[in-house]
Amino acid sequence: MVRRLLIVNRGEIALRVVRAARELSIFSIVAHSEADTESLAVQQADAAVCIGPAQATKSYLNIAAILQAAKDVDADAVHPGYGFLSESPAFARAVKDAGLVFVGPDPSVIERMGDKAMARQTAIEAGVPVVPGSHSAVSDLDEALAVAEDVGYPLLIKAAAGGGGRGIRVAKNAEMLREELPMAQAEARSAFGDDRVYLERFIERARHIEVQILGVGKTAIHLYERECSLQRRRQKVFEECPSPALNEIVRDALCQSAVALAEYVDYLGAGTIEYLFDDITEEFFFIEMNTRIQVEHPVTEAVTGVDLVREMLRLARGESLRFTQKEIACRGWAVEMRINAEDPERDFFPSPGQVKRLIWPAGPGVRIDSGLYEGYRMPPFYDSLVAKLIIWDECRESALNRAGRALDEFILEGFETTANLHRRLVDDPEVRQAAVDTGFLERWLEGGFSSSHVPTVSEKEAAS
Amino acid sequence: MSQQTVNAPFPGVFYRRPAPDKPAFVNEGQKVEAGTVIGLIEVMKQFFELKTETAGTIMAFQVEDETVVEAGESLATLEVM
Repeated sequence: MVRRLLIVNRGEIALRVVRAARELSIFSIVAHSEADTESLAVQQADAAVCIGPAQATKSYLNIAAILQAAKDVDADAVHPGYGFLSESPAFARAVKDAGLVFVGPDPSVIERMGDKAMARQTAIEAGVPVVPGSHSAVSDLDEALAVAEDVGYPLLIKAAAGGGGRGIRVAKNAEMLREELPMAQAEARSAFGDDRVYLERFIERARHIEVQILGVGKTAIHLYERECSLQRRRQKVFEECPSPALNEIVRDALCQSAVALAEYVDYLGAGTIEYLFDDITEEFFFIEMNTRIQVEHPVTEAVTGVDLVREMLRLARGESLRFTQKEIACRGWAVEMRINAEDPERDFFPSPGQVKRLIWPAGPGVRIDSGLYEGYRMPPFYDSLVAKLIIWDECRESALNRAGRALDEFILEGFETTANLHRRLVDDPEVRQAAVDTGFLERWLEGGFSSSHVPTVSEKEAAS
Repeated sequence: MSQQTVNAPFPGVFYRRPAPDKPAFVNEGQKVEAGTVIGLIEVMKQFFELKTETAGTIMAFQVEDETVVEAGESLATLEVM
């Protein structure tokens, strides 16, 4: 049973789970650090428990302290939110071993999908396309050239021990591969002490498209896709549902592949399968699965009318899926803008501070998920996401117009945010045409976002 | 000779080493050049290097590794030649 839910997270997602729990008459207890005592989630929850000092390693990532807190408050279930321990198999296992319900899939599934190589292998077994590449490390040039014939050019030479974009070279043809391979191997040896390299197809203009699923064992349904191509430093900035890039045939194939993968691993709860989508060939390739609720889940909620967090809780307490695939419809268009406490004019420098004045946008089709309130002092220790502005309307064009209207209503004084960046993005002609890929936003920013002047609130008032 | 303090330019968590398993950037008593990295400050999951403005000798650190610091807080004293 799930009667007393411990929410081990902070910020807007902790508040989001508190709200879902309240609607299901589940007693909510927010586990928080010393820095988050004044948070809105703590205030709104039925109870709260401190799990340690400000630094996440001593609180939100401290499994022993969390389990002790769960015992102290007599919790019978744990919701991990996103980030922190949400995809830690060790945490999920510890929660289960303590006799509590973990709101998420089985620890073995988290483990399997959290390991890059195992996840790729699992996707292949489930019949989901993966980015074409060498099955194992290539040892010499002859082997590399043979593999390259199958994979196709351009391709990436990736250090097996690399990560986060390091140790990657591009070869556009066989001649370049001959030159680059020895260099990549030498570089990998000196950087990582391991000269093994893999080859992988390089998709120059890729979109990031992901599919939301809900699953109970052998049965899963999809709740359509989200497109999250607008990213900066691999962090999503703006998301929408559905994707403007898919036709009905491709959309159906994509969503079906996600369902197949979820069913193949006996998935429980809400999950997301992420893909790269090649605009030119209309091929999609599995990248990874996130075995938790995602930041951008509200756009899916807006177009499907399904409350994903509430469904997660229902599934965790043993209920069966309440929808068949036929009952899930995608109506209208939704976008989400992540408002971060960062200054886009100063290379996104973090901008913590106190909220001096706050007026949220409202009216038709506007949803705010945020833990901000006037007087709130934002701690400098955690992620810079302070609000999500979610806009729904009947079509993409009107959703973008409405997003602009909502951003014009939004007033936040006390620190800088990325709201101005979004105000310009929603009017950008290429964004309007959805002519974007995962490199679009960084090119757009280099093209001089910060050089153009954006009027401040006081200037706008002075002008009117 | 005069003493200078190195202050935190913004609030965050101060680290004396590049990674938990790495040695400290500098030790007390060590001579440094202008622009030597003496620590990191983490604010909202971004890391920024803290550098000395002038050459000198690091006399003492006022705060331990992994300490929560406020903007303007004194982190180290530097004896300038």
